[in-house]
Amino acid sequence: MRKQKQLATPIYGKQSFLEKLISYKKKPGSLIMAILVMLATAFTLFIILYILGYILAKGIPYITPSLFSWEYNSENVSLMPALITTIEMTVLSLVIAVPLGIFTAIYLVEYAKSGNRLVKLIRLTTETLSGIPSIIYGLFGMLFFVTYLKWKYSLLAGGLTLSIMILPLIMRTTEEALLAVPASYREASFGLGAGRLRTVFRVVLPSAIPGILAGVILAIGRIVGETAALIYTAGTVAQVPPTLLSSGRTLAVHMYLLSSEGLNTNQAYATAVVLLILVVLINGLSSLVSRKLSKGKQV
Amino acid sequence: MNSNKISIQNVDLFYGTFQALKSINMDIPENQVTAFIGPSGCGKSTLLKCLNRMNDLVEGCKITGEILLDDKSINQMDVNLLRKQVGMVFQKPNPFPMSVYDNIAFGPRTHGIRSRVMLDEIVEKSLRDAAIWDEVKDRLNKSALGLSGGQQQRLCIARALAVHPEVLLMDEPTSALDPISTSKIEELCTQLKKEYTIVIVTHNMQQAARISDRTAFFLLGEAVEYTDTEKMFSMPTDKRTEDYITGRFG
Amino acid sequence: MRTKFDEQLNQLHVDLIKMGSLCEEAITLAAQALLREPGADPQKVFSLETEIDQLEWEIESHCMRLLLRQQPMARDLRSVSAALKIISDMERIGDQAADIAELTPYIADCALQNKLHIKDMAKEAVSMVTGSVDAYVKEDLDLVQKVIDQDDTVDALFNQVKTELIELVQEKGTDAQAALDLLMAAKYFERIGDHAVNVAEWVEYSLTGVHKSSEHHPALC
Repeated sequence: MRKQKQLATPIYGKQSFLEKLISYKKKPGSLIMAILVMLATAFTLFIILYILGYILAKGIPYITPSLFSWEYNSENVSLMPALITTIEMTVLSLVIAVPLGIFTAIYLVEYAKSGNRLVKLIRLTTETLSGIPSIIYGLFGMLFFVTYLKWKYSLLAGGLTLSIMILPLIMRTTEEALLAVPASYREASFGLGAGRLRTVFRVVLPSAIPGILAGVILAIGRIVGETAALIYTAGTVAQVPPTLLSSGRTLAVHMYLLSSEGLNTNQAYATAVVLLILVVLINGLSSLVSRKLSKGKQV
Repeated sequence: MNSNKISIQNVDLFYGTFQALKSINMDIPENQVTAFIGPSGCGKSTLLKCLNRMNDLVEGCKITGEILLDDKSINQMDVNLLRKQVGMVFQKPNPFPMSVYDNIAFGPRTHGIRSRVMLDEIVEKSLRDAAIWDEVKDRLNKSALGLSGGQQQRLCIARALAVHPEVLLMDEPTSALDPISTSKIEELCTQLKKEYTIVIVTHNMQQAARISDRTAFFLLGEAVEYTDTEKMFSMPTDKRTEDYITGRFG
Repeated sequence: MRTKFDEQLNQLHVDLIKMGSLCEEAITLAAQALLREPGADPQKVFSLETEIDQLEWEIESHCMRLLLRQQPMARDLRSVSAALKIISDMERIGDQAADIAELTPYIADCALQNKLHIKDMAKEAVSMVTGSVDAYVKEDLDLVQKVIDQDDTVDALFNQVKTELIELVQEKGTDAQAALDLLMAAKYFERIGDHAVNVAEWVEYSLTGVHKSSEHHPALC
């Protein structure tokens, strides 16, 4: 009895890779699929690690104190102004797009009737907007903010362009997060005599925060990585923009320019390392915030 | 004989073109447990939700006829005040993802009670009335989602009691619970009817027989028979009721 | 729908009918033995009585099982609870038939009983038991009423037998002990009639949900 037990191959877990392959021996189709799936995983992993390793190996040696000096000049190729501009640009875009996106999503999910034409129109528009290449946003930003409103290349023009770009993203993720909140929470709240406003802000929104934050993180990723839309709207001046209406370049733009000039390729790699670290930091911070906010809400 | 708390008069209800309730006439006596039974989709839950106008939230739902609460038409009342008077407990336990305390305090806070002392008092009384105080008194500030299903459902009853309703609507409150939790909630019903009027929808006929004073049988949107529970389960007058109760329906 | 339950209920009906016919047979045999008809054997009544007792026990546990496992409601509940009551009355009928059979050896004078209306009583009692079983089988309220009405006939016959016995005892030369035993036998037949009425009333309850005694026990309705 005991011996039999030991001989039997376990169905779940604890099965080594080799055992698994052996168990597929009689099913060639499954065997091929299993091998393909594993190869794909290995390939993806390899590429990611290769890129990371390449950037780190190329960039880390050139991270010098002079890279972080306040003023940019062709000697030190400092990324500090770009770093600060990036942060400013991110904050500016989020401040505009996040409230707008969240409130629109709340209207669509909680207030509008499902058959409403306006709702259908808004949904169609956001879907279209989220599929447009960023260069087109840049073009629009240039024509409207920079030329028509005469803001010139500026932080404000760039920020607004980016807000328009991330708005659909934030709306969609918020909508999905709101829809994922169980209807039973709303029922319970209404059943206690709470109005719609109280229900949305006290019950629905708190439960949706982790989902909304996930959308915000994605948006940050897009802002930080954007170049095309910014070159035409925020310009490329390597300075910490003194006012909202002055030009500045973000880290991504900075990198693009360095590598296209071809003079400071090494510094471009160093900048890439800093950008990577920045993104990791932002992600970590967001998940920390989301955990703090949803504390005591999840089991 | 008790007086009538709720009077349902000629109520028809349509979801779009589908008629879910057909001229319902029914008086629900005060301080008694009234049970609605019937097969799925017979309209019993729909009627229950009419009593606190939860159907207002459903798009395309049209109701005609009159429902009176204490001889006042509920359509002319403020809907939030109505729902304060007519509390509801749902099929699946649905505590908010908040602490036990905040769950109970949500209702009173909604209706303007801010004083911590008063809230403390209400929370304790509601939890005691729902027979769950001893189980949660040491974890009032922990998440309500950590409770067992049966505890969650009693928490939901406590949450409904916290706004001092006069009527308690229960929509299959024990269908997701184990037998022990079920019997606790049934026990609770018979306790609570001293102070509240209870209307309960149930799929479990034995449950209706155990806890209710009056029973209504629904079929295809029609209230086929409405009478004393004992009479209903020993000698129903309508053939359809008899077939359903004896399990020979369909 | 509930095929197994219906089968079990059907079995219950079959068993009840069997018990009823055993009772009829027991009374008929007991009456024949009492009246000294040829071929009548009181021993047969005793074995029938044992059989009836056995059947009562079987039906009782069958009903308990049904209550436990099927939780019958409404018509089914009435049917099962009526069956539980009916079998105890039938069991009493069987006992009384045995009691009558027990008396037969002590009544030597076969001339005596033929002077009385005991034969009519026996006939009436058997017909009442048959009637109540028929009412159950055919679910017939008219038959129920007939059984209930018949009880008056049996009661009247009992009084008549009593008067006849008094007259006989007052005459000289009558075996007083046999006369008393005959009175007992008559009383047993009268009791059998009462039990048959009980059975009929429970049949009525099973059919309508109203029992004659419901004025005193409102919980039944």
